[in-house]
Amino acid sequence: MWDYVKLIVLAAVAVLAALAASHARDLAYLVHMIVFMLAAVGFFIWQIRHMGETVHNQNEYMDGVVRYGVIATAGWGVVGFLVGVIIAFQLAFPETNLELTGGYYNFGRLRPLHTSAVIFAFGGNALIASAFYVVQRTSAARLFGGGLSWFVFWGYQIFIVMAATGYVLGSTQGQEYAEPEWLTDLWLTVVWVAFLLVYLGTLIKRKEPHIYVANWFYLSFIVTIAMLHLVNNLQIPVSMFGSDSVPVWSGVQSAMVQWWYGHNAVGFFLTAGFLGMMYYFIPKQVERPVYSYKLSIIHFWALIFLYIWAGPHHLHYTALPDWAQTLGMTFSIMLWMPSWGGMINGLMTLSGAWDKLRTDPVVRMMVVAVGFYGMATFEGPMMSIRAVNSLSHYTDWTIGHVHSGALGWNGMITFGMLYYLVPKLWKRERLYSLSLVSWHFWLATIGIVLYAASMWVTGIMEGLMWRQVDAQGFLVNSFADTVGAKFPMYVVRALGGTLFLTGALIMCYNLWKTVTSVGAAKPVAASAVPAE
Amino acid sequence: MGILDHHKKIETRATLLLVLSFLVVTIGGLVQIVPLFYLENTIEEVEGMRPYAPLELAGREIYVREGCYNCHSQMIRPMRDEVERYGPYSLAAESMYDHPFQWGSKRTGPDLARVGGRYSDEWHVAHMVSPRDVVPESVMPTYGYLLHNEIDGQYIGELMSTYAMVGVPYTEEMIASAQDDFLAQADPEANTSDLLARYHSAQTRNFDGQEELTEMDALIAYMQMVGTLVDRSTFVRDASR
Repeated sequence: MWDYVKLIVLAAVAVLAALAASHARDLAYLVHMIVFMLAAVGFFIWQIRHMGETVHNQNEYMDGVVRYGVIATAGWGVVGFLVGVIIAFQLAFPETNLELTGGYYNFGRLRPLHTSAVIFAFGGNALIASAFYVVQRTSAARLFGGGLSWFVFWGYQIFIVMAATGYVLGSTQGQEYAEPEWLTDLWLTVVWVAFLLVYLGTLIKRKEPHIYVANWFYLSFIVTIAMLHLVNNLQIPVSMFGSDSVPVWSGVQSAMVQWWYGHNAVGFFLTAGFLGMMYYFIPKQVERPVYSYKLSIIHFWALIFLYIWAGPHHLHYTALPDWAQTLGMTFSIMLWMPSWGGMINGLMTLSGAWDKLRTDPVVRMMVVAVGFYGMATFEGPMMSIRAVNSLSHYTDWTIGHVHSGALGWNGMITFGMLYYLVPKLWKRERLYSLSLVSWHFWLATIGIVLYAASMWVTGIMEGLMWRQVDAQGFLVNSFADTVGAKFPMYVVRALGGTLFLTGALIMCYNLWKTVTSVGAAKPVAASAVPAE
Repeated sequence: MGILDHHKKIETRATLLLVLSFLVVTIGGLVQIVPLFYLENTIEEVEGMRPYAPLELAGREIYVREGCYNCHSQMIRPMRDEVERYGPYSLAAESMYDHPFQWGSKRTGPDLARVGGRYSDEWHVAHMVSPRDVVPESVMPTYGYLLHNEIDGQYIGELMSTYAMVGVPYTEEMIASAQDDFLAQADPEANTSDLLARYHSAQTRNFDGQEELTEMDALIAYMQMVGTLVDRSTFVRDASR
């Protein structure tokens, strides 16, 4: 019966999408409707071929969706890093914007593609896959909602394709990290509510009395992102048959809401969610318990309370009222403490197992990730001080700061998670090659150092050059002078990115070979719950 | 640390954990965002702000579409070098009709908050077509294709009525004559007295030097008016805000 309902819904979606496509006013909307139509037709065919199949054993973990998530994470990661390398070269060598592509390949359209691919496609898939894995293990329960987790996975991939095609085809509302227009935003809302349902449902039916600390962070990440997404993307579509929409907020309120959203995309997507990852995978990989339970309570509540206030430090000295700027700066500085609380809890989990740093490159990766987290969360509060910000704002320093967080913390902890998960999920006895993991580690680390160092140099240099005046009080440098001066560092940055990308490709090869040519793991003891 | 022992009550109840963690994250946003809507000095009272004329609005849409905000800010900070380089510092009132704001976060290129009137139309066309012919150090992509994309303002009225829904004071008359105004602004032959009555100090001329009305006309019409509207002599600085 339920199967027939699904078929009817899918058929209806396919027909409606085809109808809407035929009325499309712009190319992005047309492509989005075709994506919807093809997805609905694809799932319709899949459903027909799997009618009336028996439900899986409720005592097994649901790992199929996690396996798909792992593949998507690695795949989107490579895409996101590749686009990053391309736009880094575009800044060094503007001819590589390729005039013959008629604007579709210009920096202005590819830069949102890069940020969204890395944050939402790579990071988002890593978060969803690891959340599904962790919540089952720590709750001793199968994912709630039957096939709903599959809807979350595929729905999220459709969101990524819609957002990516939209940017390239010129469908954007012009708010950083929240560029998609109304249709894509609505679709993500549906998928995100399903994600929350699966996650919370699994927690509620757990067999463990306590909710493990990793799940506090995942849960807070899911619910806060829902709030931020909804408020920042309130908008009215211009037409039902076009991708264009008009955001509700304007001017100074728009700026405040956007950076309340933008900074907490960092705070909850890239920090809270990834701390959840840290709290499960580091103890697992080093086979030690979390260092301090009390510290995790204090830093969890302090982190989520303080983070949400930090947004206005993106708006220092702007037309945002001073009281809001001061609040933003004050809370940003306070945020240093709970951030380092998380770093200490992660690092000290290695107590008694520090020797693993020498023998296990996966542990090394995770530890360096936490190290970069500590560095970025020191640099951030420092840059939020108004006097520092007056120099650093609008410069490449900000770009360098973001990347020591994104490449160092989010990237490295995700790589560690993938190296941990792939042998487990595909039941292999070990990784294909630890020396390739070491290669990946060093390429990525050197890449990040080149990236961050070159951006410190350009950022501080251009900040100083902009404000330089001579004895008569005239500006010394034209803006173009500062652009020209950055060229060598732009090349270094692009090389750093290339090294990081190369490391990720080596990882993909290593994981592929792990699945295809490493022997199967010995069967686990009968008392454990087997994966499906 | 006796108080932490009570945490057991939270971490054994999923719904309680959800509700409490949600309440904790709402506070900061409420305190920082809500007052901006009712504190009167958030947006200064100045003379001269008006909604964008239809062609200017279309130009702004192109500015957003091409992702110009990724490299250009529109927010001059009250610092000596910025005021020297770009002009008087930006006021909140100047972006009150911008849905969303385009203050930006990065200056790979210079700030554009007061670019209006700073360069000639011909300079803009040459710079869009081939930035390095005009500024050798520039790393800007080329935008020559805008010269070939013809526009007719078919949906501009609908766009403006959507803006009116979110609070931009477009009158019914403005929306009804949207497409006429759109075409008239870049047409040297057209009678522009109605357009000028509706949108004071709107600049009317053939912006890109071509016969056809193109996206380049719209974008330059927008760029030539950015930051020019407010009469700074009517602005009184608030001692604290």
